[in-house]
Amino acid sequence: MKTNITKALRLTLVCLVFFSGVYTMAVWAVAQLVPGQGKGFTIEENGKKYHVNVGQAFTQDKYFWSRPSAVDYNAAGSGGSNLGPSNPEHLAEVQARIEHFLEHNPDVTKPEIPSDLVTSSGGGLDPHISVQGAKVQAQRVAKIRGLNLESVNKLIDRHIEPPLWGIFGTKRINVLQLNLALDKIKG
Amino acid sequence: MNTEILGITLMYVLVVALAIPLGRYIGKIFNYEATWLDRLFNPLDKLFFKLGGIDPSKEMDWKQHLGALLTINLLWFVISMFVLTNMSWLPLNPDKNPSMTADLAFNTATSFVSNTNLQHYAGETGLSYFGQLTLMLWQFISAATGIAICGVVFTAMKERTSTTLGNFYSYFVRSSTRILLPIAFIGAVLLLLNGTPMTFAGKDTITTVEGVEQQVSGGPVAAFVAIKQLGTNGGGFYGANSTNPMENPNYFTNIVETVFIFLIPIAMVFALGYVLKRKKLSWMIYGVMTVGFVLLLLPTVSLEMQGNPAIADMGIQHPLGSMEGKEVRFGAAASAYWAINTTVTSNGSVNAMHDSLTPLSGAFTMLGMMVNAFYGGVGVGFLNFYVFIILAVFISGLMVGRTPEFLGKKIEAKEMKIAMIVALLHPLMILGGTALASHLYAGDPATYAGWLNNPGYHGFSEMLYEVTSSAGNNGSGFEGLGDNTPFWNILCGVIMFICRYLPIIGPVAIAGSLAAKRYVPESAGTLKTDTATFGLMTFAVIAIVAALSFFPALTLGPIAEYFSMK
Repeated sequence: MKTNITKALRLTLVCLVFFSGVYTMAVWAVAQLVPGQGKGFTIEENGKKYHVNVGQAFTQDKYFWSRPSAVDYNAAGSGGSNLGPSNPEHLAEVQARIEHFLEHNPDVTKPEIPSDLVTSSGGGLDPHISVQGAKVQAQRVAKIRGLNLESVNKLIDRHIEPPLWGIFGTKRINVLQLNLALDKIKG
Repeated sequence: MNTEILGITLMYVLVVALAIPLGRYIGKIFNYEATWLDRLFNPLDKLFFKLGGIDPSKEMDWKQHLGALLTINLLWFVISMFVLTNMSWLPLNPDKNPSMTADLAFNTATSFVSNTNLQHYAGETGLSYFGQLTLMLWQFISAATGIAICGVVFTAMKERTSTTLGNFYSYFVRSSTRILLPIAFIGAVLLLLNGTPMTFAGKDTITTVEGVEQQVSGGPVAAFVAIKQLGTNGGGFYGANSTNPMENPNYFTNIVETVFIFLIPIAMVFALGYVLKRKKLSWMIYGVMTVGFVLLLLPTVSLEMQGNPAIADMGIQHPLGSMEGKEVRFGAAASAYWAINTTVTSNGSVNAMHDSLTPLSGAFTMLGMMVNAFYGGVGVGFLNFYVFIILAVFISGLMVGRTPEFLGKKIEAKEMKIAMIVALLHPLMILGGTALASHLYAGDPATYAGWLNNPGYHGFSEMLYEVTSSAGNNGSGFEGLGDNTPFWNILCGVIMFICRYLPIIGPVAIAGSLAAKRYVPESAGTLKTDTATFGLMTFAVIAIVAALSFFPALTLGPIAEYFSMK
């Protein structure tokens, strides 16, 4: 037992230095050589910096809305609603979101709303919406900005991120990038 | 074909294609055969042994192996307690996060040392970077503990008649440096290239397009997430685990992280075949595990892609399936696939919130943890399966009237007693723990009102899931449960502890005792264990002993919720 303790202690210290220290610093060193220097992917627009992968709240009518977030897009405290599928509170919340959406998008009928727009994401920071989620908002955005619907729809089409290598996973739209492009059109 | 289904098919094909050669490589490491990485790792291992004061050639019997394992694990627990309760003044704390309370530190220390990674805190606010890096160390070496002790059992199964089974520290160091380290490093770099942060700076503050201030947490995430996925650890850097877009930025990283969950657990099965020179036995075990996995997977994927019927009733479009708690970049199929991956192996990371899964999917994730041997955690998954094999050998031996033998060794009363204790421990802990929690809640719902985030059957599921996750050393949760209370911290801590170490001690004792017995050569009277018939038998034992004992509890939770929604 006693010999085990000294061995365990020494071996643990070696592991600490090696795995917490050397391994971490090796990955960190690689980070200094790659785009973004390990600070996550950011873009600059009009002198402002944005994290491309981290969702932002978009709630104004002139922008495409992002998904509901249980943590209000707090990127320093991610989390989901953790509400169960049969929870009346959850169902009432979804119902309220549908009504809120219809109120702000009077040209849209209920069966056109996709579920991702009225449910909150896992981490509360989802940067994407579905393609239908953008299309269903096009009319509102076009009207409020005085753009024609076709050009807004074209803008959406240009921002569709295809599945990985064309065949794996989902199609989606990065809300931040779509909205930044939208602001440019108004110019 | 649907691109979401293609995506998960790719993930499974990829992991098996990688696990077969990796299994061979792990087998060589256990056998001390030469590999092409020796030039790099021989000097490194020598350094570890020299600085650690270890003579790797000193042989140990099974009791000495367990002594070494338990001592070093106890030490890690003590170190964790110290670090977690003193983070506020220790270095690397740019966000000024506080130290943990004693009960939370007890839970967290046990959780990470036992390879569970149950988290009753959120990483962004609950840990300093120093705390994160300490926990990351356990993610490496608790996983290496599992692999090493599994190597000991493999060696015991191989030996004709022997009491010595190699050196524990040697298995341990070789598992860390030669298996975990290189793969984790590759994974970390892949994540980094896709935008996962790797920085020691504190939070980044930006102003959103709509003019609101948003703080973005950073940290040494890439290094942490790679080993978290690889070592069936599962404890996220951030509170939301791999649903957080920093921790899992796109579909490609999702493939990498998902493949990492299964990689070593599947490879261990093939390593067994290599060590024993019994490939057919490996394929039998792989077959049983895969059938179990697929039976849990298919309905879950289908249910999640169909979506929540209560929301469909509201009359909106449901093409993406159930999206509450899920991310658009992964979709319902890849989220369901991950959910089953992470629960059948004791990983416990999530890329969708399990609390918001549709009811039966929740039941399937729980079943995965209750069985805990369909691939299972690194190393320990096989140990759990080994217990089921012993039971199956004994039962089928009785059925056909032959002496129960496994790999040329007689299974007698002593081994059976140990196997039964280990097999029954799991339902005892899960059902007993849930019963205790339910009793408290039902007796005084006002006092414990903070526990449950959901009413009714689903609330019961939250408690059942938490205890199951602790007993399965899984670490995922129905996170709505208000679990940072002394009751949950201590209950889960104790269960994690018991359910980590007894299921290690039991199989090692069985394997050690069998190894010392006289070898009986195979004859016409030997029950063949590498056949489909025996596989079926093992599956039946798992279904009856493990799965059915939980059926009543599942009925009260997810199954009742399912029928209430019809």
